Amino acid sequence: MKSLEELKALRDKARENMGIREDQPDATRVVVGMATCGIAAGARPVLTAFVQEVAKEKLEGVIVGQTGCIGICQYEPVVEIHEKDRGKTTYINMTPEKAVKIVHQHLMSGEIVNEYTIGTIGK
Amino acid sequence: MRELSLNAMDVAQNSITAKATLIRISEKWEGNSLVITIEDNGSGMTKEQVQSVTNPFYTTRTTRDVGLGIPLFKMACEQTGGDFSITSEKGAGTLVTARFAADHIDMTPVGDMDETILLLITCNPDIDFVYEKERDGRGFILDTRELREVLGGDVPLSNPDVADWIRGYLKEQMENRE
Repeated sequence: MKSLEELKALRDKARENMGIREDQPDATRVVVGMATCGIAAGARPVLTAFVQEVAKEKLEGVIVGQTGCIGICQYEPVVEIHEKDRGKTTYINMTPEKAVKIVHQHLMSGEIVNEYTIGTIGK
Repeated sequence: MRELSLNAMDVAQNSITAKATLIRISEKWEGNSLVITIEDNGSGMTKEQVQSVTNPFYTTRTTRDVGLGIPLFKMACEQTGGDFSITSEKGAGTLVTARFAADHIDMTPVGDMDETILLLITCNPDIDFVYEKERDGRGFILDTRELREVLGGDVPLSNPDVADWIRGYLKEQMENRE
């Protein structure tokens, strides 16, 4: 059984490993559009893929979140990555597979996945 | 929308946009009757807004002129012969209630409600969620305020280990009930 005792143990472990605070302004934010347009186009599995891959790779200083309509519904699912030094990158027509690649190439190696950006596809 | 759990996610996003700090989602079954509710303490709506939200050509967003979230949820519900209602008070919050006849041929599958709940909790660590699931009198409640008490102020609900615990907890509740 999953018990609250177990949750307490997780808390203590998390305190020991506390790296960059999640509310730190320098954190990179991955934001998935979860309005009607995004969800209908398949945004939920994309959000799940980001959450799981970021957790699996133990990335610190990356916050995965959701937002409403970004305003380009024809390109949903849409994901924005906000970085302190590079600003905003917009990825469109997202899939869970693309999300995994973006975690590795963009978030871990710092290299924008050009073929998935709005600048490349949205022409 | 292929799953009602996606409609629930969509309606909850409205609650988030309405700056809710507490969102309650419930899925209650009694025989073939299913009632899904989404309740928040967000900014609420005026009487006129409540009357307008089921109209697809009404939306508060400025990026385009249609709002399909509520109309789609209402349609999914009414096509089974169910009822749909919204009550809201400006400054107090909103309650969306959808009752489905689950044995109707046009019933949309509920889908993965656990995934919806888990994502809402982990991607909105500043908002509290209460998830209540019940079937024929048996069920469970997950309340993030209780989890927060255990975690203290410094370990967020978005912590991956905490998310795993919640995933496992939800899965266990399901298995125990069946």
